[in-house]
Amino acid sequence: MTETLTLAKAVNAALADSLEGDDRVLLMGEDIGQLGGVFRVTDGLQARFGTQRVIDAPLAESAIIGTAIGMGYRGFRVVAEIQFDGFIYPAFDQIVAQVAKLRYRSKGRASVPLTIRVPYGGAIGSVEHHSESPEAYFAHTAGLRVVTASTPQEAYSTLRAAIASDDPVLFFEPKGKYYMKGEVDRTVVRDLETASIVAQGRDVTIAAYGPTVETAMRAAIAAADEGIEVEVIDLRAISPLDVDTVVDSVRRTGRLVVAHEAPGEGSVSSELITSVVERAFSSLEAAPARVTGYDTPYPPSAVEHDYLPSLDRLLDAVDRTLGRRSSRDGLVLEGAR
Amino acid sequence: MSLTMPAPDPQLALGLDHPLRVLDLDGSRLPSDVLDPHLTDVDETALTNLYVDMVRVRRLDTEAFALTRQGHLVLWPPLLGQEAAQVGPARALRQSDWVFGSYREHGFALLKGVDLAEFARVWKAYAHGGWDPHEITMAPAQIIIGAQSLHATGFAMASKMDESDDVALACFGDGATSEGDVNEALVWASAFQAPVVFLCQNNQYAISEPVRVQSGTPLALRPTGFGIPSMRVDGNDVLAMHAAARIAFERARSGGGPTFIEAVTYRRGPHTTTDDPKRYRDEAEVEAWTAKDPIERVERALAAMGANMDAVREEARIRADELAKELRHAAEHAEPPTVDSIFDHVYAQPTKRLERQRAEHRAFTASIEGNR
Ligand SMILES: Cc1ncc(C[n+]2csc(CCOP(=O)(O)OP(=O)(O)O)c2C)c(N)n1
Ligand SMILES: [Mg+2]
Repeated sequence: MTETLTLAKAVNAALADSLEGDDRVLLMGEDIGQLGGVFRVTDGLQARFGTQRVIDAPLAESAIIGTAIGMGYRGFRVVAEIQFDGFIYPAFDQIVAQVAKLRYRSKGRASVPLTIRVPYGGAIGSVEHHSESPEAYFAHTAGLRVVTASTPQEAYSTLRAAIASDDPVLFFEPKGKYYMKGEVDRTVVRDLETASIVAQGRDVTIAAYGPTVETAMRAAIAAADEGIEVEVIDLRAISPLDVDTVVDSVRRTGRLVVAHEAPGEGSVSSELITSVVERAFSSLEAAPARVTGYDTPYPPSAVEHDYLPSLDRLLDAVDRTLGRRSSRDGLVLEGAR
Repeated sequence: MSLTMPAPDPQLALGLDHPLRVLDLDGSRLPSDVLDPHLTDVDETALTNLYVDMVRVRRLDTEAFALTRQGHLVLWPPLLGQEAAQVGPARALRQSDWVFGSYREHGFALLKGVDLAEFARVWKAYAHGGWDPHEITMAPAQIIIGAQSLHATGFAMASKMDESDDVALACFGDGATSEGDVNEALVWASAFQAPVVFLCQNNQYAISEPVRVQSGTPLALRPTGFGIPSMRVDGNDVLAMHAAARIAFERARSGGGPTFIEAVTYRRGPHTTTDDPKRYRDEAEVEAWTAKDPIERVERALAAMGANMDAVREEARIRADELAKELRHAAEHAEPPTVDSIFDHVYAQPTKRLERQRAEHRAFTASIEGNR
């Protein structure tokens, strides 16, 4: 049975069902209780499950994660909310040096099944620190699982899996898509490491995740008008990455475009393209291309649409991999390498 | 070395029972052993100036709020109700003293001399920074809760190393006192006896969370555990705030180290223009605090002093109107940032990598325009 939910409501449903199904699950975060979160994602949960299980945290991110680790030693499954992407950094040590390494340092005898929810990404017209994509910092750290969602169903199913996982998981929620509607089947639970082929095609593969999947789907439709078949892969998991699915696809298409909002330098696309080149070099018919945020701080939102991967930038990259006319033809880069 | 530490001096925190106050709600003057010696030169003219400042700050705030509702700005964190908590200390600063504030410090920005055209651009999402920090001696507005308290402490340490008597003022909210950064700043300020003043505007809420979520004791008690003297002050009493700030700045300037001031006040508006406070607080609570309005209190005090209130109000109104007009013009006519500016000011010198991206983006934009 399915129901139509926004992505935000799908997250709410996943949290409610997890709280319902396991009395060791609890939520902690700033303003998640009475207010229901600044995006209303946790709306109604404190009223339903009580202040002991849906906890308004004092304003301290390092403490939200650090104390969740302590609770984890006693068997609690904490789902921590970081209010916005740009506010995760005070908790960096607790995430990358503490929870990520616990299993390894204790030779598997201790671990914490923490889930960290992070509304992330741009295109919401906000001010500084509210539109960032910090996933690469965490993908770089062993011991953490890093996942995203592109639709309400994915949000529901992936978050359920994240909470059930015995590893620490960062769940990046595309906040720009919180109001996206879709059918959700609450019996579907996904895993945390396989990518999905969401559109099939023979000419070019576009790999994307989170908010960028929708743009990639639109690119596939636009390209189809010109007779170009685009295969779209929703990576879902950022770490570990499902390289196999992408390599398989590239073996068929010979062309790869990777897109995400985060800056390109040291990013998920850096990792994915490197892996594909290592494993499928002879299948590639053109240099892989990427469409990412530029290597600058996130700009003022008045110009964010020029910074973010847009439909036109994606189509331009598709053209480039096909050797068609693209914006970079004849581009003279004086002194720039 | 002695194994016992001196017991905390109970006098280290003043105003715990009743916040320090010199202007009563009805505008009458209350005696204060602590504050009065620092107000001897504050006559009718000085109080009138503080009044006009508060009216201007309020007008800046309400105009910006309206501009946001009308779509000329994208977001506004209002300070309605907190005017005295900012104007009192701001008017105790020297121009060479630096302010390190949060995003709600519009009163400090205005009195420090911010250019409204630049200021409006931030809340229009046209720019990240709204002023030249060195020109107005105020660090950029800080959204990351509490981070600026460490910057203020470091600035103060450096001022001391330079044998300057410039001080730093760190401004943050009640919620911020829970962050590690703020607590570490207190440790450092104490350890280095840095000339920094911590001004905590306790406006009773951190978004939806009442201050009891952050603390089981008055916030002004906390710094005493770090060895920092503190004052709990009626944040809606501009004279008390002015005097407390003078005490703290004087102590810092003369080598006496840091001070913490808790301004007990109230955020009468929403957290920002996107917030809905009805979800977490009663209208009655807001009304109770509206009755403690910081501006009306000074009007009553001035009237009691025999000031010509019609003239005072008229002057304040004219100056506030000018300000509102200037802000509205700035918000409505701001020049949007160029796309190219995305690539500016990332490093001291442009890098090849970014110049390449700039060129690629220019070419892309040109190709799109060519296709239209
Ligand atoms: C590190 C960090 N965490 C969370 C936030 C989100 N946030 C913005 S304002 C705010 C509440 C701040 O409350 P307080 O310190 O009392 O200042 P006020 O807004 O009341 O002036 C929160 C949680 C943030 N900006 N930075
Ligand atoms: Mg507050």
